[in-house]
Amino acid sequence: MTVVKTQGLSKTFGDFKALDGVDIEVKEGEVFGFIGPNGAGKSTTLRVLLGILKASEGSAEIFGKDVWKDAVDIHKRVAYVPGDVNLWPNLTGGEVIDLFGRLRGGYDKARRDELISRFGLDPGKKCRTYSKGNRQKVALIAAFSTDADLYIFDEPTSGLDPLMERVFSEYVHEAKAQGKSILLSSHILSEVEKLCDRVAIIRKGRIIETGTLKEMRHLTGSLMFIETDKPIPDLAELRGVHRVQVFDGGWSFQVDADELDAVVRHLSAFGIKRMESRPPTLEDLFIRHYEETETGAGGGV
Amino acid sequence: MSQLFDHTWSLMRFILRRDRVRLPIWILSFVFVSAGIVLVFDNLYGDDIERQAIAETMENPAMVAMVGPNYGGADYTTGAMTAHEMLVMTAAIVALMNILLVSRHTRGDEEEGRLELVRALPVGQLSSLTAVLLVLTIVNTLLAVLTGVSMAALQVESVDLHGSLLFGAALGATGLFFAALTAVFAQLTQNARATTGLSIAALLVFYMIRAIGDVMSEALSLTSPLGWILRAKPFVENLWWPVMLSVGLAVALSLLALYLNSIRDHDSGFLPTRAGRTQAPATLRGPFGLAWRLQRTGLIAWAVALFILGISYGSVLGEIERFFEGIDLFQQLIVEQEGFSLIELFIPVLSSVMAILASIPAIMVMLKVKTEEKNGRMEHVIGRSVSRWRVAFSYWLLAALTAITMLFLTGSGLGLAGNAVLDEDLPLGTYIGASFVYLPAVLIMIGLALVFIGFLPSFASVIWLYLGLSFFVVYLGELLQLPDWVEKLTPYGHIPAIPLDEVNYGVLALMIAIAVLLSVAGAYGFRRRDLKT
Ligand SMILES: Nc1ncnc2c1ncn2[C@@H]1O[C@H](COP(=O)(O)OP(=O)(O)OP(=O)(O)O)[C@@H](O)[C@H]1O
Ligand SMILES: [Mg+2]
Repeated sequence: MTVVKTQGLSKTFGDFKALDGVDIEVKEGEVFGFIGPNGAGKSTTLRVLLGILKASEGSAEIFGKDVWKDAVDIHKRVAYVPGDVNLWPNLTGGEVIDLFGRLRGGYDKARRDELISRFGLDPGKKCRTYSKGNRQKVALIAAFSTDADLYIFDEPTSGLDPLMERVFSEYVHEAKAQGKSILLSSHILSEVEKLCDRVAIIRKGRIIETGTLKEMRHLTGSLMFIETDKPIPDLAELRGVHRVQVFDGGWSFQVDADELDAVVRHLSAFGIKRMESRPPTLEDLFIRHYEETETGAGGGV
Repeated sequence: MSQLFDHTWSLMRFILRRDRVRLPIWILSFVFVSAGIVLVFDNLYGDDIERQAIAETMENPAMVAMVGPNYGGADYTTGAMTAHEMLVMTAAIVALMNILLVSRHTRGDEEEGRLELVRALPVGQLSSLTAVLLVLTIVNTLLAVLTGVSMAALQVESVDLHGSLLFGAALGATGLFFAALTAVFAQLTQNARATTGLSIAALLVFYMIRAIGDVMSEALSLTSPLGWILRAKPFVENLWWPVMLSVGLAVALSLLALYLNSIRDHDSGFLPTRAGRTQAPATLRGPFGLAWRLQRTGLIAWAVALFILGISYGSVLGEIERFFEGIDLFQQLIVEQEGFSLIELFIPVLSSVMAILASIPAIMVMLKVKTEEKNGRMEHVIGRSVSRWRVAFSYWLLAALTAITMLFLTGSGLGLAGNAVLDEDLPLGTYIGASFVYLPAVLIMIGLALVFIGFLPSFASVIWLYLGLSFFVVYLGELLQLPDWVEKLTPYGHIPAIPLDEVNYGVLALMIAIAVLLSVAGAYGFRRRDLKT
């Protein structure tokens, strides 16, 4: 079942087109990652989904309901943590967490206390005195102590230390195990890699790639390192070979999955001394997309 | 030692750069208003006889409480008139400017972490506060000199250079005093809001001490910086000791602020902050509870201040009564309004002024929606299952309740104190009614604020201009003899003067209907637009 679905979602601020036909789909029970460079439109998309911004064009639905018209209904089943958590300087963290729970229409008090101790937050301090990470914890605790069906996080770990990041991952896994859906945006690819089932890459307001990590890896192909007896003059010109670099006395490069066979055959003629290969990380994939769209050229997918 | 003050000069330049628009606007406004008033008075009242008539109307305790005693006496020249009618009010606004500037550059910067960046540079520990104080010394000196010179430059006979410079110096010295006082408060409190709040509270208290003192006891007046500065008597006796006193105390307070600054930690204050609750009280459960909680302290302060204002006005009613007895001019006035005592003539005038002041907290409550939105906190509320209608209505409700409470408090303060000093009591209901009848006007202002929030949030502060205009029209309208239709430009001008006028309930009902319509329209606008951050 589909939990979140946008079709041709666009958002303009004045003349500036922040979103330009975004299509994403989050299925029930999956963790969906949303990645892209600064200013790509991640936060804007999430804020449209929350009914904070009104879409200029296209449709966006959560649980099959319109995100703008039925916002109040939808929010009963959604927990959201914004990217910049701004709190009231003269309220304490504990007060804010309770307030958030009540504004949503219910939360689990015992779980709230458990989360507070797991995240190591001092709930008696005024929000004015909290660091960025602590403000984020307040919002995360409020989110996880509610029994939502969909969790939306905008760069949830950007202010957390590695230990807290781990606590966050545990709660995400737990929510997933309970069949809940999670939509999170991030810059931290290793995190997305660890947590997410499916990923969408957004750039300049457009989704440029979406799918499971496995599919994306397949499309991106493997990363190879090769050392040969004879030099390989035409390596960079081979079909399906990208990002050729001289490295440690050999070459490192990326090979598209469907050209792998041909490339390896060709290279064997040069006397292979050493050959290593590893699956691409999300980072490789991301960088490749980035370079392609940046230069406007490069081999197609 | 010099280590403490390293780079003060660069920090001063930085402050001047950041405020390169703000500061000239503030200074020039004072210069233009002061010089402008001299021209207005000079043109409006052609001869001594006209001015003398004004002097007599200004001689009553209500006006004395408002602006201070007339030192010109029988010789009410344009200069004496300007000093009498403008000095205290202008000085109070100069003080306000200083409070806002100092708070912004001390606690404000500290709170937002900008000061931490500065401290990390090779900058002396006290450089930052010293720079702020020095900049404000420059600002107030410039303000004093420019005001003085431009007033004198108008070549109005009684407005000579000596008096003009003293007038300017009185403004600058008061400004400096409050700048230094705010700098001290910035060390005591822990955040910019508290600093500004405490400083403005001090300003109000000083104003009230002066008001009561000027009517009842000179000695009391001399304990207030606004009271002693009046004793400079520019254009009449031209005394410089009040200016010296203010400047001297400003220096002492500045040194105290620097000392306190040197012994406290970054981001801490001397006044204790309570250990916070770990759980929210039951009242903090929806947008209304939140709106109340966020503004509680401010609203209580406003309630106390407005009640005291009512009492202050009320307590001079007895003096008014005694004062007017036996003055022919006013006997005639009573004949015109048959059957009403002098006090009853004054009640609606006082009520209108108090109603406009009572509107300030109500409008502030409504505009809080915009502040919350701008600071990225509205997102938390809207992002949960709370509709925008409910948010708008919650703030509207609190604003309306604020208006009701404030009007009730000003009216009953006036009545309680008035009846205590008057020979013949009036029913308390008359006082409260006179105040309360302004509710439809305040509701229209709240509705307008909501319309701005819904449709033009970035222009919402225009509502303050409109309120200022309303004050000008309603309060000064009679002094400046503006035509009747001008008064009708503001909702306050449509309110009947109780107990003089017949109350037309149709008009009041219509005003309430307009207020409701505006509010609904504003909420609708808020419902259909993006949240801004
Ligand atoms: N209210 C607004 N008015 C005008 N432009 C806006 C507004 N909000 C966002 N933008 C612009 O829209 C674009 C997308 O912004 P968005 O915040 O969605 O990026 P993002 O992907 O979340 O970036 P980051 O990784 O830095 O958080 C940016 O260029 C931003 O400047
Ligand atoms: Mg973002």
